[in-house]
Amino acid sequence: MSMIEFHDVNKYYGKFKALKNINLTIERGEVVTIIGPSGSGKSTLLRTINGLELISSGQLLVDNHDLADPKTDMNRIRKNVGMVFQHFNLYANKTILQNITLGPEKVLKVPHVKAAEDAERLLGLVGLLDQAHKLPSMLSGGQKQRIAIARALAMHPKAILFDEPTSALDPEVIGDVLDVMKKVAEQGMTMIVVTHEMGFAKEVGNRLLFMADGEIREDSNDPREFFRAPQDERAQEFLGKILHVD
Amino acid sequence: MISILTAHWSELVEGMKYTIGSSLIALIGSLILGIIFAMFVISPNRWLRIIGSVYVEIFRNIPLLVVAMFFYIVMPRFVPGLDGFKAGTIGLTIYTSAFIAETFRAGIESVAVGQMEAARSNGMTYLQAMKYIILPQATKIVIPPLGNQFVNLVKNSSVLAFLAGFDLMYQGNLIASTTFKTTDTYLAVGLLYLVMTMPLSYLMRYLEKRWSRLPTV
Ligand SMILES: Nc1ncnc2c1ncn2[C@@H]1O[C@H](COP(=O)(O)OP(=O)(O)OP(=O)(O)O)[C@@H](O)[C@H]1O
Ligand SMILES: [Mg+2]
Repeated sequence: MSMIEFHDVNKYYGKFKALKNINLTIERGEVVTIIGPSGSGKSTLLRTINGLELISSGQLLVDNHDLADPKTDMNRIRKNVGMVFQHFNLYANKTILQNITLGPEKVLKVPHVKAAEDAERLLGLVGLLDQAHKLPSMLSGGQKQRIAIARALAMHPKAILFDEPTSALDPEVIGDVLDVMKKVAEQGMTMIVVTHEMGFAKEVGNRLLFMADGEIREDSNDPREFFRAPQDERAQEFLGKILHVD
Repeated sequence: MISILTAHWSELVEGMKYTIGSSLIALIGSLILGIIFAMFVISPNRWLRIIGSVYVEIFRNIPLLVVAMFFYIVMPRFVPGLDGFKAGTIGLTIYTSAFIAETFRAGIESVAVGQMEAARSNGMTYLQAMKYIILPQATKIVIPPLGNQFVNLVKNSSVLAFLAGFDLMYQGNLIASTTFKTTDTYLAVGLLYLVMTMPLSYLMRYLEKRWSRLPTV
């Protein structure tokens, strides 16, 4: 039973086709990174998985539930699939601890004491135990993103989606966030990560998708090999560009 | 003016009671209705959006006096026992709720979209996200304009005078027509309105200051 299955999925924004004939199966425990030029549909693909965007045609199965089926409870899917955003989106009106406990308490109905215990464990995991009672506005970007990961983990999801989790961060704190993501990967979490961090894609990812123009142009089970010798022409061009910039 | 205040003190106080009573009921009622209709206007459901927008546009664009008169003259045919005070207060509530709905809509929309997406991704329902994340932040943003609405509401309650609603303005009209001291009477009435609205203005300013210490986005 696969975690996520796309069958001939298309997605339109008005007349614009943002996803073209996507066929993709992701198994439990896979760490999939998605790279590709701006506007290639990476975020759109990710956001269809937890229903923040709806697909226009085809079939999308998440944890064996058909997202196009009106009987599917989207809230139940979202309980099982966490998401980490580029701009963190921590709840501005809640403390760090409450950011982590709110979902478990209100959605999973975990008693407050137990949710707080679990939150403390997670704060320890992301190395921010001392920040529990601050408001998000008092934290740095890198700290906020680690809290956002803890918030996602607190729901004990079956998969976590990351949309450019380090793109809004200062270079010196990117490593802290990537370290946390690596720990999460090592615990066997299914992860789908849109990123520009080629190091993470190579070292932590065990599968890599290259997207261009709404299509998956290359799907590699050996990210190192992909970076050494990309097959797709657009991928070669893309890697050529970013390697020059670096 | 002092002589009016002393000679007619009991009527004026009686009028203030009705003004404050009507204002308090309308304040609570319009806040509840306003939030409900704001939720309609921004709802993902198309029909609720239409109902919400029609309500807001109608009552925002008809003069208060006309709304109040409608409840005073037309509604008693269907609802017995609707006197001037009740009809006026209902009119005032509905009229004000349209403005409060607009205020809340703007407040909710100024809370970043990312907050809603994060809450939904966290497994919360739309209503849970509203309750725990969006509305608390929106409330903070709408406090200053809401304060203005409430001060306006107290002033607008003088519409009751046209419907025999026994409010301060109504008593003022009576006193003026019996004593013929119109200038003094309306000066006194104006002073008493100030006594009611000034503390409300200061309270709102105080709340605004206190709440502004909390974070916005
Ligand atoms: N809500 C929307 N309405 C209309 N068009 C959209 C919408 N969201 C995205 N698009 C378009 O769909 C295409 C794919 O967007 P998407 O955000 O998925 O790209 P991306 O690969 O994530 O790019 P980036 O690297 O810049 O984040 C783009 O051309 C974008 O302009
Ligand atoms: Mg994107």
